[in-house]
Amino acid sequence: MSLRITFITAGRVLRQLLNDHRTVGLVLAVPALIIALISAIMDDAPQVFDKTGLILLAAFPFMLMFMITSITLLRERTGGTLERLMTTPTGKLDLVVGYAIAFGVAAAAQTAVAAAVAFLFLGLDAAGPTWAVFLICIVTALFGMALGLFVSAFATTEFQAVQFMPVFVVPQLFLCGLIWPADQMAGWLQGVSDALPLTYAVKALTEVQLNPEVTGAMWGDLAVVLGAVLVATVLGAATLRRRTN
Amino acid sequence: MPPAPAVSVVDLVVDRSRKPVLKGVSTSIAAGSVTGLLGPSGSGKTTFIRAVVGTQKVKSGTVEVLGRPAGSKPLRRRLAYVTQDASIYRDLSVKANVAYFAALYGKGRREAMRAIERVGMGDHADHLAGNLSGGQKTRTSLACALVIEPEVLILDEPTVGLDPVIREELWDRFRDLARQGATLLVSSHVMDEADRCDRLLLLREGRFIADDTPAGLRAATGTENLEAAFLHLIRELEEDD
Repeated sequence: MSLRITFITAGRVLRQLLNDHRTVGLVLAVPALIIALISAIMDDAPQVFDKTGLILLAAFPFMLMFMITSITLLRERTGGTLERLMTTPTGKLDLVVGYAIAFGVAAAAQTAVAAAVAFLFLGLDAAGPTWAVFLICIVTALFGMALGLFVSAFATTEFQAVQFMPVFVVPQLFLCGLIWPADQMAGWLQGVSDALPLTYAVKALTEVQLNPEVTGAMWGDLAVVLGAVLVATVLGAATLRRRTN
Repeated sequence: MPPAPAVSVVDLVVDRSRKPVLKGVSTSIAAGSVTGLLGPSGSGKTTFIRAVVGTQKVKSGTVEVLGRPAGSKPLRRRLAYVTQDASIYRDLSVKANVAYFAALYGKGRREAMRAIERVGMGDHADHLAGNLSGGQKTRTSLACALVIEPEVLILDEPTVGLDPVIREELWDRFRDLARQGATLLVSSHVMDEADRCDRLLLLREGRFIADDTPAGLRAATGTENLEAAFLHLIRELEEDD
């Protein structure tokens, strides 16, 4: 792995993203707008918004990075640039980590805007420190990225890649505790929920919400998400083939 | 003793979706030469090229480039590959595309601009690649390879859709590179480009039916132009069948 090539790749991916002004606008504005909408809907129940809004802060970058990564990588695979890159000194990990850095930066910008709006204007409340919220959101976004990277190997068209959203993302959103507390689900569903990495992101956020100090439980949950990022990244890198038929 | 060949292929067999595409081809390509890979579409040209580049799974046989197995790591700094469809990033400008590939090889913006000028894209350097015409995309893709200054340059149908003036300039460019010691393998299905090569490989249904110089081929078939020479060879084969 070459650090130099990794950063060159990250720069290229970021430049691609920045050249698409509409996408930049959507990435930055949409999560903040949706959270504002949820806050208006839950106007009478600020304590419910505190929980839902916080989860959405992590859920959005997760969803978005999944989509952006699966489609950009699919383009790389089908457009011939991946094959070309495989004949250059670029290693698989250079490419994957380059993507992670670029989309990590995008996720950080997105979270910053959404969190600023939520905490400053919408009255979102968490007992714990804001940086912990931030950290959890970025790691969750990276999980979305890594999952998108892996999944892009199984799509042959952008149309298919979009259809993977309801397969890989939506069930995690439903089961992570966003729409219904996990401990009130049927036993077997709780089991499924426990197996999904996004659930641990929500647990970590809940820790931050309830405790003024950062807890060991939060670090534990975050470590699970980080582990999932690593596993999905390695699996994703393994789907990049130097030699194909 | 003749100098070591830049590319040597021995008994190469490639199957794609269980059908044989290359049925045991062998050849060697001299360093500092331009070799034309000709043949009708579907004859296996791209598969042969991908095997030399090292992105094709092969069933048996050996492919060596500069004395190393095709696709091996040290070769990735010394070989450049231009795919048939322009493999560039549509959402980046011409300059950003070429600068990216240049940077992978530790080369800077100046070299990138020079490569862009060389393919006649200087006036379009700031345009998004996605907005270019087909020929302009091809030239951008080519610039991404030229900027590397490779020892071995593999081009898959690089002149498709280009106007005659640009085509002429590119072939002059290829000749220049060979004079400076680079080895080029260029696939084409246009016979009038064959005359600009030092050596010709004619691929048909997964086998080489000719591996000769243009002059040698004319003499062997007793024809004046190469198109007629190829037709002659193909008819001969069909009579043998």
